[in-house]
Amino acid sequence: MTYTFWILLTASLVGISCGIVGVLLILRKMAMLSDAISHTVLLGIISSYLITNSLDGFYMFIGAAIVGVLTTVFVQLLNSAGVQSDAAIGVVFTFLFAIGVILVSMFARDVHIDVEHSIMGEIAFIPWMTVDWFGIEGIPQAVWMLGFVLIIDLFLILLLYKEFKLSSFDPGLAAALGLPVGLLHYVLMGMTSITAVASFDAVGAILVVAMLIAPGATAYLLTERLHMMFILSAVFGVIAAVTGYFIAAWLNASIAGMMATMAGVLFLLAFIFSPTHGIIAKRFSQRKIQQVDIET
Amino acid sequence: MLNLLMDPNTQWVLFGTTLLGITSGVLGSFALLRRQSLIGDAMSHAALPGICIAFLITGEKMMGALLLGAGISAYIGTYCIQAIVRHTRLKMDTAIGLILSVFFGVGIVLMTFINRLPSGNQSGLDEFIFGQAAAMVSGDVRVIAIVAVILLVITLLLFKELKLLIFDREFAQGLGLPTTVLNGLLMTMIVTAVVIGLQAVGVVLMAAMLIAPPITARYWTNRLDHMVIISGLVGALSGGLGTFISAPITGMPTGPLIVVSACTLFLISLVIAPERGLFVKAWRLYQLRKRTAQEQILQSLYERTEEQYEKTETIDAFSREALEALRPLSDFRFKKAVANLQKSGDVEAYKNGYSLTLSGCERAHRVTLNNRLMQMYAMHELQFASLPMEHYNWDFLSIPEDDRNSLDHLLKEHQLQPKLLHRLPETERINR
Repeated sequence: MTYTFWILLTASLVGISCGIVGVLLILRKMAMLSDAISHTVLLGIISSYLITNSLDGFYMFIGAAIVGVLTTVFVQLLNSAGVQSDAAIGVVFTFLFAIGVILVSMFARDVHIDVEHSIMGEIAFIPWMTVDWFGIEGIPQAVWMLGFVLIIDLFLILLLYKEFKLSSFDPGLAAALGLPVGLLHYVLMGMTSITAVASFDAVGAILVVAMLIAPGATAYLLTERLHMMFILSAVFGVIAAVTGYFIAAWLNASIAGMMATMAGVLFLLAFIFSPTHGIIAKRFSQRKIQQVDIET
Repeated sequence: MLNLLMDPNTQWVLFGTTLLGITSGVLGSFALLRRQSLIGDAMSHAALPGICIAFLITGEKMMGALLLGAGISAYIGTYCIQAIVRHTRLKMDTAIGLILSVFFGVGIVLMTFINRLPSGNQSGLDEFIFGQAAAMVSGDVRVIAIVAVILLVITLLLFKELKLLIFDREFAQGLGLPTTVLNGLLMTMIVTAVVIGLQAVGVVLMAAMLIAPPITARYWTNRLDHMVIISGLVGALSGGLGTFISAPITGMPTGPLIVVSACTLFLISLVIAPERGLFVKAWRLYQLRKRTAQEQILQSLYERTEEQYEKTETIDAFSREALEALRPLSDFRFKKAVANLQKSGDVEAYKNGYSLTLSGCERAHRVTLNNRLMQMYAMHELQFASLPMEHYNWDFLSIPEDDRNSLDHLLKEHQLQPKLLHRLPETERINR
């Protein structure tokens, strides 16, 4: 198993798991909540380090997932206390993130969690951080974690597919039919935070937002069917990750940054060339309508 | 501490961060009221590639050039967000998240190039990510001060126009104001405020400076002019506080501390503000519940007594079960309300239950009458659509004569007029 193979596998796992969760976030207009969660993950990681005093991936995972869900709870609380929703998101995540940065610079300056690493991610180190779990040797920890997270995400989405579909497109009807809309919201938030945590090591806090939102947004411009959107979004996630890696290796630039850039490029292509929602297609159909108008 | 304050370097930094706080607080108010708070987040992230490109072109850390680069790329980012929202079915939040993360990614890529340049290692561009106010020199502060003053003066001069723009754009257009130009100007001003704050607060947390001071101010006033002033003061206070706390600690980034100060001020206001604060709200809710519980018991007693008097022309005391059958209350609330009613002399307790006193009967009469008039109103809402009940605080005893007469008529029609009070003088003679 070569170095490049592990990096590509990690990157693809990030692409797929972020891609499928991102679809739901976009459809439910909660993209900025994922931005908030991905920032506050830092606080979860540093507090779990301060409590357990170890850099064990599992504890960090739990800590970050808890803080991620707490973020959404706080946003909800502020919202119900009368703060408008965008401002509530903005205050909560910057506050928690700022506390995270302060804690890091006070207590954990010499430890592996340096802040820049957490912002930008360092996928290049991942193949060397292997663990032996279940008697299998030589598989990087990040691959284990991303694999588990992907299985959980897939399982939950397949299990609750109908429920997610209905509550995303018609929350009123879903609530009237007695679906636990609030519970679904928190299930999705939980999925978002574990996905963000697992991808954190590979792509960092802010760029995970690119991997969450960009592939889904690209897919949304290309299809009208939900299951196609999931598939396309995962595919775009993988394409962005893989091409990003190779271009970054070629230019010797930041891998995570290049993945985000490629995700943006894919979106731009769809924005211009999409056969149904692209700018060109729209111009074209507008002209057609004008011509029909003139003829009649 | 005092030594630190005497240090001219610290004075410059403190001056700079305070000014930044004022500017972002003032302009953030406008962004908040237009519900565009998170655009500030996208602007600050989108500024990163511009800073890098400006550095790559000039080859040195020239404040003016960096700010210009930051401004241009932040502006492009904002434009992209608006273009995505206009031309596709993607929503605002998706567009913001997409642009901020992709632009930031491009910035990170450019940053790795810069770090490989011979001059790049000392470039200090990393400071822009978290902000390092201590790294500001007097030249930087001068640039910031000039820009800040220009922004504040423009806001002051165009205050009336901007106010109209954010509250009622169509009306502003109707008056012949150039709304597109004004809107563009406001956007440019917000971008500029973000850009000058980047060095001190950093790309990641700059959004907080546009959001936290205005929502803090929103808790203390309902007027835009007051809000802008309070918001500026809160921004100044948090900028100063953050710098003051972080200065003595080596390696402590200033940005996070400024943000934490601003958010703490917000949390304090959230709890203690008059009118909107959580504390006052909770107190009001408590008062309302207390009053409602008392009124429920009074009305139930009144109705039971009325019913019985109709049949037997006597007055009894009524057990809790009989009252609860009409309007259930929790155990705790029932006991508390009855205790309060006894204290005010409205209700008396007997062995077999509770009964109204003469004064209690009057009060119960008013409550019952009001509630029954409300019933009539709800049944014939269309007929009374012109009656501004919000204005009368839902007190039907204070509405104009005409409306009152027609409601009374309806009451008679449904045989629901409360009758007990008028017969009470005779009933007083009846032995309980």
